[in-house]
Amino acid sequence: MTTTQPDAGTRPTPAASGRSRSMSRLRQRLAPYGFLSPTGVLLAVLMVTPILMVIWYSLFDRAITRPSTQLVGFDNYLEVLSDDVFWVAVRNTLVFTSSSVIAHFVLGLAFALMLNSELLSPRTRAAFRVLYILPWLFTVAITAVLWRLILNPNGVVNYLLGVLGLGSGQVEWLSSPSTALAAVTFINIWSGYPFFMVSLLAGLQGIPKDLYEAATVDGAGPWQRFVNVTIPHLWPIILSMALLDFIWTTQQFALIWMTTGGGPINATEMLSTFIYKIAFTEYDFSVASAAAVIVLLLSMVMAVFYVRHQKARN
Amino acid sequence: MSNGARRMRGLAALTGIAALGLAACSGGDEAPANGEHDEVTLEFTQWWEPELPDGEFRALIDRFEEENPGITVELLSGPYAATREQVVAGAAAGTMSDVVGLDGAWVNDFAQQGSIADLSQIMSEAGYDDSQILSQVQVDGATYMIPVVNFVYPMFTNDEMLAEAGVDAPPSTRSEFVQAAEQVTALGDNRYGWVLPLSLETPNGIQNDVMSWVWASGGSMLTDAGQPALVDNDAVTSAVEHVQQLWDAGAVAPGAFTMKEQDKVEEFTNERVAMMISSLAHVNLIREQNPDLDFSIAAIPAEDGYTGERGIPFASWGIGISANSEHPQEAWKLVEFLMSESVNAELASMANAFPGNSDSVPDFVSEDELFGAAFEIYQAGYPANEFTGLPVAEQLMRSFSEELQKALDGQQSLVDALQAAQSRWEEEF
Repeated sequence: MTTTQPDAGTRPTPAASGRSRSMSRLRQRLAPYGFLSPTGVLLAVLMVTPILMVIWYSLFDRAITRPSTQLVGFDNYLEVLSDDVFWVAVRNTLVFTSSSVIAHFVLGLAFALMLNSELLSPRTRAAFRVLYILPWLFTVAITAVLWRLILNPNGVVNYLLGVLGLGSGQVEWLSSPSTALAAVTFINIWSGYPFFMVSLLAGLQGIPKDLYEAATVDGAGPWQRFVNVTIPHLWPIILSMALLDFIWTTQQFALIWMTTGGGPINATEMLSTFIYKIAFTEYDFSVASAAAVIVLLLSMVMAVFYVRHQKARN
Repeated sequence: MSNGARRMRGLAALTGIAALGLAACSGGDEAPANGEHDEVTLEFTQWWEPELPDGEFRALIDRFEEENPGITVELLSGPYAATREQVVAGAAAGTMSDVVGLDGAWVNDFAQQGSIADLSQIMSEAGYDDSQILSQVQVDGATYMIPVVNFVYPMFTNDEMLAEAGVDAPPSTRSEFVQAAEQVTALGDNRYGWVLPLSLETPNGIQNDVMSWVWASGGSMLTDAGQPALVDNDAVTSAVEHVQQLWDAGAVAPGAFTMKEQDKVEEFTNERVAMMISSLAHVNLIREQNPDLDFSIAAIPAEDGYTGERGIPFASWGIGISANSEHPQEAWKLVEFLMSESVNAELASMANAFPGNSDSVPDFVSEDELFGAAFEIYQAGYPANEFTGLPVAEQLMRSFSEELQKALDGQQSLVDALQAAQSRWEEEF
């Protein structure tokens, strides 16, 4: 039997072994950053850089379109904040968004409860599931064209109302300043509720049946079961969805633009259409950037709530 | 190599590839490769090719390439809206194509920005005689855009509906127009005399359907110095009063505040309105969608007693050259080719438009009665579109539309509307 011993010449000295250990520790410490770096690069290029550029433009006079521009500080912000139309857009956006989110929730929950009900046969439920989810499958452009036709003074809605004797049959739903905001809000509710419905349905299907049985044994009626079992279990989903929906709806542009263009007058002017007009018809990218930064700050408030809520859940 | 080290290197390589990929994605603002030194490739961004019959525009450009060996033209075609965004982005980034299709409404902004070239200078360097060019869009006395073909906006009338309302001939004065519109509206059955698109998304109704009344009576919305003249201007005041009169009489089709140009044509095609001011380009569409519709074309009615020349609104397919083009001479050759008598007539025939070259006569004028009538109106009057070449022209139309909507909705008087629009326009000028 022979034994081999490591060559004394290649044996690491205490100093070398310490270096190797510290290198290994350094590698271990850096490894997570290495894994994160592709995402980091993507975020830096696609998110941070454009945001910083927009903030940068907002501090200059007529950035992009003039060969030489000068720093004007917060003048563009003052211009936006002193514009009456901006405040009209803020008010309209709040009305549009709040109404949409509340209606999305109410309709989504009602339809989800119906689709989760044992009272309907599986086939009927499947048919309704397809029917209710349809609005979500249309792209915004299709939704806008469809509803422009339906709500046209010569459209289906006026025809039906006329036949039923419920009006003059000539209501200008999208063209009258008194009904336009309600009409676009309705269209947005129609196109957005299925997202709530699908998420809440998934939540409902995850609630154990035992809980309902136990509640029934304890003498709870349908309403009490809904309030004390269903809602508490759905609450995290409701909160997440409401916050996300609020953020998304404040950014709704295409639907408004393609149905009313922010009009009539400024009855449906939203922050998104307000910014678009400054940027792409006045070509004043600096003022548009300032308005966009203000909207970014407002959105960040909601985003902070969302992140806090997610952290609390975790 | 330890597993850890291998992983680290792998990661580093992955990150490097990702970064390179992104760098590659964000690059691409260099001039196109021209291949041989004596070969020149021109980029030509426009929205015309998709609007013409398949392959016809390319065939025209192929002919240019044959006549000009060494020059290749790369057509960058897209819908109007996409082209506009592409040209705006190109102007901002300094990467505009050598030759660009332009709308008159964009010219002032691009000229101020320095992104389109001074064509007056290029023409004089090339020794070009510009007398055959019908009109040129100028900013501060220099030409920046040449209208290649023009789409005029005459009045369309549904003759059957007018006859049913007891109107024998298309109206030629404003009072005749109001009377005819009221008579048609009185027929009931959801039919109206006139249609007025005032959408804020595409506010060109102000140019085509409102200011056209001013130009048809020889009026102007600008001072001699080219500044806004909306107040204390009888021509503008009487035109908007005429619009208000039609509105108050209930003779305007409902839905005006969000109506767009295509909605207007649809209302006319579906026989819900008897009269509209619209582009000649819509004739074929109307015939296709309602072959039985009995309609004709006439000049836009003028103020009672007006006998002078009538301005007829028009929209153009304009052309310009990028200020950053490395081949302005070759780019000019392309412009010159498209403006030449025979090619311009050919292009106008393809587009059912009127030529930008005053000597060109398109085929359809003699072949089609309606187009023939429109050509007579065109030649009897003068092309008028004062929005062409104005700063932020689309925004001017939008702000005017907002103020007019407020007046029609009863929120302010017409005088206040014109005053407010004047202030808003002055800010933009």
